[in-house]
Amino acid sequence: MQFLYSGLTSGSVYGLVALGFNIIYNTTGIINFAQGEFVMIGGMLIYTLFAVMGLPFPIAFIGAVGGAFVMGILFEKVFIRLTKIKNELNLITVTIAASIIIRDLAMHFWGRDSLPVKEFIPVFNIQLPGGVMSSQSILVIAVSLFVAFGLNMFLKKSKYGKAMRASFDDPIAAETCGINVSNIRVMSFGVAALLGAVAGVIIAPIMFVTYDDGIMTGLKGFAAAILGGMGNFGAAIAGGLLLGILESFSASIIPSGLKDAVAFIVILIILFVKPDGLFGKKKVHRV
Amino acid sequence: MRKLNPTLFLICAIAVVGIGFGVENEYYLGVATLMMINALNAAAFNILLGYTGIISMGQAAFFGIGAYIGAIVSVKLGLHPMFAVIIAPAVAFAIAWVVGYPVLKLHGHYLAMATLGFGMIIYIFMNEFDFITGGPSGFMGIGNFSLFGLELDTEKAFYIFMSGFFLLSIFLYEIFDKSFLHYKLKFIKNSESACRSYGINVIRTKLMVFSTVAAITALNGVFYTYYTHFISPVSFSFTYSIGLLCMAIVGGLGYISGGIIGAITLGFIPEVFATFEDFEMIIYGGLLAIVVMFFPGGIAGTLKKLVKKNA
Repeated sequence: MQFLYSGLTSGSVYGLVALGFNIIYNTTGIINFAQGEFVMIGGMLIYTLFAVMGLPFPIAFIGAVGGAFVMGILFEKVFIRLTKIKNELNLITVTIAASIIIRDLAMHFWGRDSLPVKEFIPVFNIQLPGGVMSSQSILVIAVSLFVAFGLNMFLKKSKYGKAMRASFDDPIAAETCGINVSNIRVMSFGVAALLGAVAGVIIAPIMFVTYDDGIMTGLKGFAAAILGGMGNFGAAIAGGLLLGILESFSASIIPSGLKDAVAFIVILIILFVKPDGLFGKKKVHRV
Repeated sequence: MRKLNPTLFLICAIAVVGIGFGVENEYYLGVATLMMINALNAAAFNILLGYTGIISMGQAAFFGIGAYIGAIVSVKLGLHPMFAVIIAPAVAFAIAWVVGYPVLKLHGHYLAMATLGFGMIIYIFMNEFDFITGGPSGFMGIGNFSLFGLELDTEKAFYIFMSGFFLLSIFLYEIFDKSFLHYKLKFIKNSESACRSYGINVIRTKLMVFSTVAAITALNGVFYTYYTHFISPVSFSFTYSIGLLCMAIVGGLGYISGGIIGAITLGFIPEVFATFEDFEMIIYGGLLAIVVMFFPGGIAGTLKKLVKKNA
């Protein structure tokens, strides 16, 4: 049971990152390889605002998440907007280039060391059947479920959410209906960065923040998104949780160093057997 | 087959010979040797991505497999380096065939994720299976490469050997570029469905290309091992796969010269900007971003356009 609980915690984080991948993919069709970097930036900003400057937590949280939001918008305006030929390969590559730049800037700002962030909620352990769970883990799980639910409602019910989905389905038709598609694209990057930063903030006290965290987090989140199936928010969270649980269970039977390999082996198997993900819809390829 | 264009070969030959005679400093010879290994890898990667349209983010794994086989042959088995030269490409070819069979049916970011996953798995195995690979600290004391009884024990000797291999490879790449196979691959890149309707076995061709490139990369890995005498998993991480992608794209996708130009350009950055300490990665990323954003053909493509305009 203990493995289940720790799996749920890391799985929630993967799920949040996977959500970020999904939002951008759903509105623009781009896979953003810098998504992990947003998580790292969230953690770093909360370190600066909360741990170093000593701001009250709510203000620091808003600052960190807002900062990431602005960064996401700039990211789209600079890297995606200016790319001349927007094919899949170029867009993937430009996000890789951007992630290299962000990571290195972060290294110059915050240095190479792992930075500690102190807890922002009281820490206590809760006795659950078959194991214990810390209050922080519960916070992580609660926040990610809440965010996933809220986001789903936002996209299904609100005007902006519908506009977002419309501009992915058919940008030209959406434009004709008076939707500003390019604004929607910018927004989707902003929201994805914001989600990444939320994930970064809530895990900061559990794991330290290091400038190169983004690579692994991003890859695992991507794996979770593919596992669940691209284009579906519930599936992203489910994929994340499943990946987290599989990882932590496997840590109990094989050497812990091989834990990271599990995520990728699972992904390879999924891609061979059911490339559209566990919960994804089958896509028809047009010639 | 079209007529061969000797320009690239001649430029490379002059550069290689010039460096061989003009440079005595061992450090710079070393930089040139590593650049040649990277250039060959990047050119091979270019055949995958630029010609056939297979985006593989796990090439470092094949490079690593080659390097580790070289190290094991030398340190653990104590055999002649030629064994590694024969075994490594064969093993890489076989692994690529097995992995490629399911993976190459995927496209776009699914393919990127699958190859990336394969690369990560191999990387993690290198770190964890320390009874075979020496774990994170890797292999030390790898012997010298020897050829027909000649031991390549100095920096210079290895440089001469490597430049010979480099020029031979460029010559072969050039033949490939002018052959009909090249049209077949570009056809696959442009439209697999159209290819299929012309009766080309797309999967088999892609598999063949993927495995051959893996074998070439592994062979380069063997040379890398015998050159550095020390390997550890860090050299074969995700970063190296991304590095190859950067080299091919900055140099120019779909041109044989692309991989070579890219490897030289990006190889120079750490040397030239060494005074800026840690800013080389920013310059690296910035250059990649600028090329992708504004010069989609890479350096080779942009040069070609300029030449055409003037002619």
